[in-house]
Amino acid sequence: MELRLDIPEREKFIKMKGKHHKKEFICNTDSVAGSVSQRACVYSGARVVLNPIEDAVHLVHGPIGCASYTWDIRGSLSSGSELFRNSFSSDLKESDVIFGGEEKLSKCIDEIYEKYKPKLIFVYSTCIAGVIGDDIKAVCKESSKKYNIYVVPVESSGFVGNKAAGYKAACNSLLDLIKEFPVLKKEPLSINYMGDFNLAGEAWIIKGYLNQMGLKVNTIFTGDSNFESLKKATASSLNIVQCAGSMTYLAKKFEETFDIPYMKVSFLGIEDTSNSLRKIAAFFNDKDVMLKTEKLIEEKTKMAKPIIEKYKRYLKGKKAAIFVGGGFKAISLIKQFRELGIDVVVIGTQNGQKDEYEKIEEIADYGTVILDDANPSELEKFMVEKGADILAGGVKERFLSYKMGIAFIDHNHDRKHPLSGYEGAINFAEEVYTTACSPVWKYVKDGVNKCV
Amino acid sequence: MYETYKSVNENPCNMCMPLGGIIAFRGIEKSMVLLHGSQGCATYMRRHIAEHYHEPIDVASSSLNEKGTVYGGEKNLIKALDNVIRVYNPNCIGILTTCLAETIGEDIDRIKSEYKTSRNISIPIITAPTPGYGGTHSEGFVKTSYRIVEELSTDKERHDRINVIVPNISTADLREIKRLLELMKIPYILFPDYSDTLDSPFNFPYKKIPDGGTKISDIMSMGGSIATIEIGINYEETPGKYLQDRFDVPLYKVPIPIGLRNTDAFLKLLKEITGNPIPKSIEMERGRLIDGMIDSHKYNFVGRCTIFGDPEMVYSVFTTCMENGIHPLLIATGSKTQKLKELIASEDNPLNDDITIVDETDFSHILKLSEEKEVNIAIGPSDGKYLTEKGGIPLVRLGFPILDRVGGQRILSVGYTGTLNLLDRITNTLLENKYKTYRKDMYEKYYKVI
Repeated sequence: MELRLDIPEREKFIKMKGKHHKKEFICNTDSVAGSVSQRACVYSGARVVLNPIEDAVHLVHGPIGCASYTWDIRGSLSSGSELFRNSFSSDLKESDVIFGGEEKLSKCIDEIYEKYKPKLIFVYSTCIAGVIGDDIKAVCKESSKKYNIYVVPVESSGFVGNKAAGYKAACNSLLDLIKEFPVLKKEPLSINYMGDFNLAGEAWIIKGYLNQMGLKVNTIFTGDSNFESLKKATASSLNIVQCAGSMTYLAKKFEETFDIPYMKVSFLGIEDTSNSLRKIAAFFNDKDVMLKTEKLIEEKTKMAKPIIEKYKRYLKGKKAAIFVGGGFKAISLIKQFRELGIDVVVIGTQNGQKDEYEKIEEIADYGTVILDDANPSELEKFMVEKGADILAGGVKERFLSYKMGIAFIDHNHDRKHPLSGYEGAINFAEEVYTTACSPVWKYVKDGVNKCV
Repeated sequence: MYETYKSVNENPCNMCMPLGGIIAFRGIEKSMVLLHGSQGCATYMRRHIAEHYHEPIDVASSSLNEKGTVYGGEKNLIKALDNVIRVYNPNCIGILTTCLAETIGEDIDRIKSEYKTSRNISIPIITAPTPGYGGTHSEGFVKTSYRIVEELSTDKERHDRINVIVPNISTADLREIKRLLELMKIPYILFPDYSDTLDSPFNFPYKKIPDGGTKISDIMSMGGSIATIEIGINYEETPGKYLQDRFDVPLYKVPIPIGLRNTDAFLKLLKEITGNPIPKSIEMERGRLIDGMIDSHKYNFVGRCTIFGDPEMVYSVFTTCMENGIHPLLIATGSKTQKLKELIASEDNPLNDDITIVDETDFSHILKLSEEKEVNIAIGPSDGKYLTEKGGIPLVRLGFPILDRVGGQRILSVGYTGTLNLLDRITNTLLENKYKTYRKDMYEKYYKVI
């Protein structure tokens, strides 16, 4: 099969397992103009990471669109405040762009404080705030002092990189905030859980496992977290990182700054979940924890395996394509599809890193197409050529998939069912079955829309 | 009337200009849109539009990075145009600017002209300045429609069709307007017609640019039409105005034909312009609407309503509520509009003792006012779910965007049939809410007191 594309420049972003390309594979760089990239911006990366902090105010310093499109962007669940589900904007207008928006920003913070008295406000910089050169840091500092609260600037001007740069900006803001509090004495069997945003209760599922293993979870970054829980982060002995793309940076900084080691984990699929739990238990090297962990894995596997086997009977031999945000998630999804007897034939990510792509190539089957920053036209081309029956992706990919008559798995921000842990593995299998074996495909697989 | 000024926008009730522009461009046959700005704008607007229409929405971006922002984005824009042509082979390209491109002062018209000459390109490339801070999605839609007509309508040779220019209404509404025109045997040019491109039938093989849309040759000849009927109430600088000024095409403006009065006005106008009679079958639809209005009039009288969304939609929903004895207490829009206020104030109306109109507003304000006025039903796009979640106010979903239900893009509300459809949805929401609690309410009110 040829990897020739309409946009020759894009060929550097694509490889096929088993073929030796002379050219180097490129990832984590700017999108090709006009390629219809699926990527978002720096601001959006920062917003999705910080948004679940539930008693924080999220104030976007920019024109209205930035706040409109990200209002309640994640389906994150909260056990406390619902303040995070609002979207505040300084709503910059033409005159603000000309004369500067600092004064308006400052007034916005005043109004927010008067109405909600929050302890924590994140102020996001957008493209326009960056270009007109508003000194957001200074405004935040002044307001912090005025109200004796934490007003944290997030340096997320949209054009200074892609979503990954936004993750980093969010992590820097979190770090700046946490550095403000006294460093706590480490509790021996305690943990921070990074890179879970509690979509449909996922962080609660994993927290439940860790508690059953005899571990205490101090802080989750950032699912179901709040101002008080962020303060406790430095008391932990270990950081575990689920969403590697967004949180590895913070974990590394925690290691440097607070001497807390970290490990990458994955709770997608039975295999990864069990391995990750064992890895965590091994870190603490505590007999009781290890025993409890094995017991948990055994119990949960016994519960989940038969259900997954049942679905596998119907799904074996189907082919899947993956297009998700990060490389680590793609790797887990490959394994998860395999648990269902499904071969992955196309793997793409928006923001995968070099080492992740190496791992993907290592575990992928011969002939699998691997592509960075794919666009709809490439996804379409390779799904057709490779005969994919299912695509796992986000909202924009869903409709492409459906229009092509291909089943679809939602791996987006606002899904309403958890995909983490053993419970998530069951949900995943069930969702794959629901879409791949739906009777609707009977009416479209023969190719044409005709009455007779 | 009630006005408060504040700086912060808490839960926006509108989106930004380029989003409306994208939808307008989808109404041209075989067209492709390119946003000149940073990557995120295209991605977020695509997601928003895709979730409403449940369709793939391919929008290219010039993907401006830091370098492009500092030194100018010309190179990016040129490369983007090359790639869009390579992959999509469109018959027309729209370039919309974003906040970023406008703020750094990109001269897209010059870049476009030089590009067309240097590449020897004959397809139209239409630019529209749509900075996000310049207005709402609703203004972006009209402004872009204006630019398209201004650029393409050059032919003034007279013909027997009429121009029908629409605002951002549903795909089912567009199809209904076409059906009514066809029933009246009126040759027409509907613009922008995204009824097929944004609600395309399932068919193999997949097409990167879906079939449908107003033909470019039709847009070119809009200057030779008998008349222009422009639907919507809000804007001065409109494509219809352009056609009138430039080609002397008589311009008639009507509200979106939702509601008895507005639909009557639309059909009467069609009849007056063309001399064609209104057929019996349409009159029967009108009779059915009135029959339905009678059936539900008592239930509707308890309705205390908040109406929000795009100004032109809000106005027609307002008059429909008035016709049916539903009390519109709060009229709200994220756009800035003096016209809407004037129109509503000019209504002679016995129910009109406590109507508040707010423009350039947000949902926190809408909720606060709705609660003060003890509103019991809201009508508007699905972000109004905030009113349901926070204030327990049931929502009848209508307009753009509807992100949390299927079928939002094909809700029919125009014409007599569409109006009855909308009215039934409103009445049934009121009934559902009443029956949900009436046993408890009566118990609390009468039994407990005794």
